[in-house]
Amino acid sequence: MDKLLAETLYYEMVRGRAFEYAAKEHYMQGDISGFLHLDIGQEALSVGAMKAFAKGDVFSTYREHIMALARGISPKAVMAELFGKEAGVSEGKGGSMHLFDPSHFFYGGDAIVGGHLPNAVGCAYARKFQGEEHGVMAVFGDGATNGGAFFESLNIAAAQKLPLLFLCENNEYAIGTKITRVAPFEKQAKKAEPYMPAIEVDGMDVVAVYEAVSEAQHYLEKGHGPIFVEAMTCRYEGHSMSDPNSYRSTQEMALCKARDPIERMKKVLQEQYGMDAGAIELLETKAQNEIDEAVSFAAEAEEPAPEALMAHVFTEGGTHALS
Amino acid sequence: MLYREALNKALDETMAVDDTIVVLGEDVGRYGGSYRVTEGLYAKYGEKRLIDTPIAELSIVGNAVGMAIGGLRPVAEIMTANFALLAFDQIINHMSKYHYMSAGKITLPMVVRFPQGVSKQLAAQHSESYEQMLSAVPGLKVLAASDVNYAYHALKHAVMSDDPFVFIEHELLYNKKGEVDLKTPLDPFKARIVKEGSDVTIVSYLKMVDDVMAAVPKIEEALGCSCEVVDLCSLNPVDYDTLKASIEKTSRLVMVEEEHKTGGYGAQIVSWAAEKMFYTLDAAPLRIAGADVPIPYNRTLELLSIPTPDSIAEQIIDWGRRNDV
Repeated sequence: MDKLLAETLYYEMVRGRAFEYAAKEHYMQGDISGFLHLDIGQEALSVGAMKAFAKGDVFSTYREHIMALARGISPKAVMAELFGKEAGVSEGKGGSMHLFDPSHFFYGGDAIVGGHLPNAVGCAYARKFQGEEHGVMAVFGDGATNGGAFFESLNIAAAQKLPLLFLCENNEYAIGTKITRVAPFEKQAKKAEPYMPAIEVDGMDVVAVYEAVSEAQHYLEKGHGPIFVEAMTCRYEGHSMSDPNSYRSTQEMALCKARDPIERMKKVLQEQYGMDAGAIELLETKAQNEIDEAVSFAAEAEEPAPEALMAHVFTEGGTHALS
Repeated sequence: MLYREALNKALDETMAVDDTIVVLGEDVGRYGGSYRVTEGLYAKYGEKRLIDTPIAELSIVGNAVGMAIGGLRPVAEIMTANFALLAFDQIINHMSKYHYMSAGKITLPMVVRFPQGVSKQLAAQHSESYEQMLSAVPGLKVLAASDVNYAYHALKHAVMSDDPFVFIEHELLYNKKGEVDLKTPLDPFKARIVKEGSDVTIVSYLKMVDDVMAAVPKIEEALGCSCEVVDLCSLNPVDYDTLKASIEKTSRLVMVEEEHKTGGYGAQIVSWAAEKMFYTLDAAPLRIAGADVPIPYNRTLELLSIPTPDSIAEQIIDWGRRNDV
């Protein structure tokens, strides 16, 4: 990995975490409402996967702020969306859980657990149909692997040999329920084994995630069909701001934070790329400034006009002329 | 031409001009469709465009949503309305909402078609109607095809539109005969006056239009009145203008629907009339609908559970005598 890419991965993780802490702060101040699912602790996974899969389409979940940023959607547009403003990426109609930007091949932002998996399968069908080689990535948590939509999707993607990367972010908890209490094993890739090859990766190591997802995308480009990547990770906060995270012990949280992806990458930058503390600090300051600007932008942005209520229920006109 | 042939013609003609249109569903390809709607299309357009799916309705609609996001124009067939319930998460949480939630950034040019209603002794899990639920979902356009001409034009419109459509057919209409009028353009959102009249407006849709028409001679003879029969055609949006004009002429409203009465689709039409046309009406509206029971297998009980031409005539005549029609 070249130094520029390594620096970018670090920068995106730091910027992502700064974004999440700012969102948390403004949620507590009442500027952001509804459900807010923070991605703190899982930055390596969100950033590594998005940067490696830069050319394909992405379908993600409600814990998607950092992914949206890493995809290239501006922090201003994402923060303004959390604030419910017109300048938000979904014009204030989607909120934290529904960030969509087809110009960055980013399709949510889906808040029905596992509900976006059949959509990703359909999009992968479209890409194969169009002869587009980069494929589609569906990101989901360990909790989604227990639902019917997941198994239907594995089956169809494999039967049709679709270019679809199933990326499981296994943080071991579905809200407060540990995965092993509701599934027969800890690693969910086992469920995909009859259908497709699977790669397991340390989801707290951004370089490892980047490499695993790159390898998986190369596999898709060869046209062999779908592939599964399972990244073991850990979220530092509760499931959402409404969850006090009381089901994990201090000891468990300490073990989790000892694997901190940002600290790990900082060490890599220092030891493998010879970056000094000053250069790293410059990156961190730049990231924080970008988020501060995003917050000011969101705070000052306009509320949607009342007329926006009824806009976008349907397309304008809505009919594609028969040629 | 048969109703199913009109649907086939609509698919064929649109697929011929736009190669991004794909059809997916159980047995729609090689088999030709459970009701033969897609017959011959597999041979003509191949397996890439006529996609045989597993029995997984959630995925049929969910994949169609993803195909539409990816730039195709999918037409998903669900074998029957009861099976569509397995896809309701995709229809309601995804298909109807992505355009709005993304502030118009995502468009879903797609159609979900299925037949519904009581056929003959298919029992409770193959006989129901769900237009009341689907028409209540903002973001879906819901059409109900009662005849050959409408089936052809409306399906063609739905397939070529950039909005998500639910296209409802009826199991007993597939072999209905009729002509397709290729010369007159048809607005699929406009209600159709099936028969003009001056004394009572009878509103219906889908197969009940035929049952109402079969009942009308008996009603007119018994009451000495003239009935106007309106086929709603589009269940969402509703052509209230046509309804208003008809009720202004007749001052009386009867709503006939096949589905269960409680919370049934007709409740919306009667509620609208009560709210907007109260002082125009000379009588309380009459609602004729199915019984609030799961549809039974036994033929006698089955026919008692839904309106029939005889029961429609009987109820309208009784209501008419009590209301000076």
